[in-house]
Amino acid sequence: MNEVVKNKIENIIQKDEVCLFMKGTPDAPQCGFSLAVSNVLKHLKVNFKGVNVLEDKELREGIKEYSDWPTIPQLYYKEKFLGGCDIVKEMFEKGELQKVLNLK
Amino acid sequence: MSLKLKEINDLIKKAIPDAEVSIQDLAGDENHYSATIKSKAFKGMNKIEQHKLVYKALGSKMGNELHALALNTIES
Repeated sequence: MNEVVKNKIENIIQKDEVCLFMKGTPDAPQCGFSLAVSNVLKHLKVNFKGVNVLEDKELREGIKEYSDWPTIPQLYYKEKFLGGCDIVKEMFEKGELQKVLNLK
Repeated sequence: MSLKLKEINDLIKKAIPDAEVSIQDLAGDENHYSATIKSKAFKGMNKIEQHKLVYKALGSKMGNELHALALNTIES
């Protein structure tokens, strides 16, 4: 993939431990799936960086290629792709997300 | 941009022949679906790999013709 976009993505996920690539912002999500993941993280009181892909077309397409995952939102923790909306919700319901994110 | 329920079903069945597929059109708009897929093919895969297998079956349609597909994959 395009090196510039790849570097951009790597810089983002290296900078913050928890990054959510989403449509809209945590305060104003523009899609129900992005809203759902954002709400799970807020509920768990996780500090996370919301990255609005609607503001950056390169990023919107690039992140799909980077993770080989065709949909948004995408959650990253310590540079690792954790999953999209369904997986994150399922992990949360099973208590796995809390463990992965090292929450009490 | 829309995709018929049957087309989604057929694409998944074509790629994962033993799959038991159950799909719901959530909003009745042929654009927001929820699918439960049960297959032996998911054995030994984590959730990310399982969902990727389904996305692969749908090819470029996912995220284009098909806006939203909530997935639940089950190993049988």
